[in-house]
Amino acid sequence: MPSLSQTQGSFARALLDPSDPAPQDVRRPAGADATAPQTRRFDIYRNNVAVAAIDALGETFPAVRALVGEEFFRATARAYLTQSPPRSPLLFRYGATFGDFLQTFPPAARSVPYLADVARFEFARLQAFHAPDAAPLSIAALGEIDPARVASVTFSVHPSVSLSRSGYPVVSLWAASTGLMTSDQVDMGRAEDGLVVRPHLQVDSHILPPGGGPFLAALIAGKNLATAAEAGGAAVPDFDLSTHLAGLFETGAIAGVLPPPADSVQPNAAPRAGL
Amino acid sequence: MHQAKTMDHIASGMPPRAGVSLKPQHYHEILEKGPDVGWFEVHAENYMGAGGAPHHYLSQIREIYPLSVHGVGLSIGAAQPLDEDHLARLKAVTDRYQPELVSEHLAWSTHQDTYFPDLLPVPYSEETFQRVADHIDQVQEFLGRRILLENPASYLAFESSTIGETEFLSRLAKTTGCGLLLDVNNVMVSATNLGYAPEAYIDAFPVDHVGEVHLAGHAPDRDETGAEVLIDAHDRQVADCVWALYRRALGRLGPVPNLIEWDVDVPAWATLFAEGQAAQRVMDEAARTTDAEPVLEARRA
Repeated sequence: MPSLSQTQGSFARALLDPSDPAPQDVRRPAGADATAPQTRRFDIYRNNVAVAAIDALGETFPAVRALVGEEFFRATARAYLTQSPPRSPLLFRYGATFGDFLQTFPPAARSVPYLADVARFEFARLQAFHAPDAAPLSIAALGEIDPARVASVTFSVHPSVSLSRSGYPVVSLWAASTGLMTSDQVDMGRAEDGLVVRPHLQVDSHILPPGGGPFLAALIAGKNLATAAEAGGAAVPDFDLSTHLAGLFETGAIAGVLPPPADSVQPNAAPRAGL
Repeated sequence: MHQAKTMDHIASGMPPRAGVSLKPQHYHEILEKGPDVGWFEVHAENYMGAGGAPHHYLSQIREIYPLSVHGVGLSIGAAQPLDEDHLARLKAVTDRYQPELVSEHLAWSTHQDTYFPDLLPVPYSEETFQRVADHIDQVQEFLGRRILLENPASYLAFESSTIGETEFLSRLAKTTGCGLLLDVNNVMVSATNLGYAPEAYIDAFPVDHVGEVHLAGHAPDRDETGAEVLIDAHDRQVADCVWALYRRALGRLGPVPNLIEWDVDVPAWATLFAEGQAAQRVMDEAARTTDAEPVLEARRA
């Protein structure tokens, strides 16, 4: 008699590979074709697993689905499932590599080259939906910092923040496919850096102004304000720091200001403002 | 008398009334209307994210209604060890919401590092029994509370099964102290698919361990031999044959909290609410009938 582990091992293999026979331990109904690799009963489980995984991807990636159509989406999702089945019972975590898959999956990459970026953007939106709660910080908090030291402060971004840097109009494509914009409003020649943030309950999507992508990327990486402004300035010559900073605070993307290391002595200063 | 009868069942703070699945599309309507529903049940995994809307709304609803947390991903029937990270996530949910009931399935869904989003069947052997009993012990010890284990909806059986399902569940309850969740739709689905009488299953079910009942809709299909197959779809109203089976179960159960499960093609709140009310009426009618039958009193004595 096979062990439980052996039965589950062969059951698991056959679930993902239709050419693999069902475990011998599976009882066949009277009248069923004894030469078929699997019974129709076993196929119900195969189908349940595939449908549940594909439906989960469909809920996570509604814009990708709308962009390519239901049939293409389900075929693509099935190919992804075969290559990358879920690893966690939390299905909202499933699809972290779907964007990378789309980038190299020939039917998608050839016909819809921007699909991978839209997928990554959507995945970021779902992760933001489930991200930890935190209160966004008001820009007024900067006023409490010694003006001579503002250039050296660093920020902690809101835990829901994600930056999607794309060579395509990724946010506009997402907005058009979910009905928030019309498709003739999408400028296909424009590269967009998208910011996803969930300051309260609702997940917001923003298109960052030119220079905003490198600026936010530097802040997320823990660079201080002056260094981040340099990164923005390297991207656009007329980078206006105060506009970008005010814009970021307005989205709720900043959760805390961390004063610079205490080289200028402030023994009683709180280590963090805002969190 | 009902109070006394209820005491036969496993103790929980859950009122012996009809509850329904809590779905995100109904959060607002429930909070606005405060409908007269006995309780709500959520899938534990949907509340394992860190923050945001799911916790925001569940926290508010939980303040008003009794709650059941129903896990679908712990894989208690797996040959391999339980995923301790997932167990910790389940404990975070039960610690946070302090639900009246916590339940999981007699099924597996993980093998090595793959998660199969379904509830897969186990052979009923002594090896499986020991494995499942050990896992339930581990879960109950870790959570610091009793859980209910649900009978599965099955599409196939195993040659190596040597123990009947009701006996398997009964032994698990006695060995581990866990309670049981009797899913009446699953009984109809499994009995149809595996070719036994659902009434006999209900009559043999160890009712004293039952802490909750599930009711749901199933989808009819056929296998390659032309035989009828039922799919545990949770996508429609409860079938008449399942209501009939539930009435039969109530004759033995007495008042136990029951739940309408509806997870796919979730209808408007009014439809789900009406289905819950239908379940309440069936439970109430059975209680009146049971009161009138002194023979059941004698059985209890």
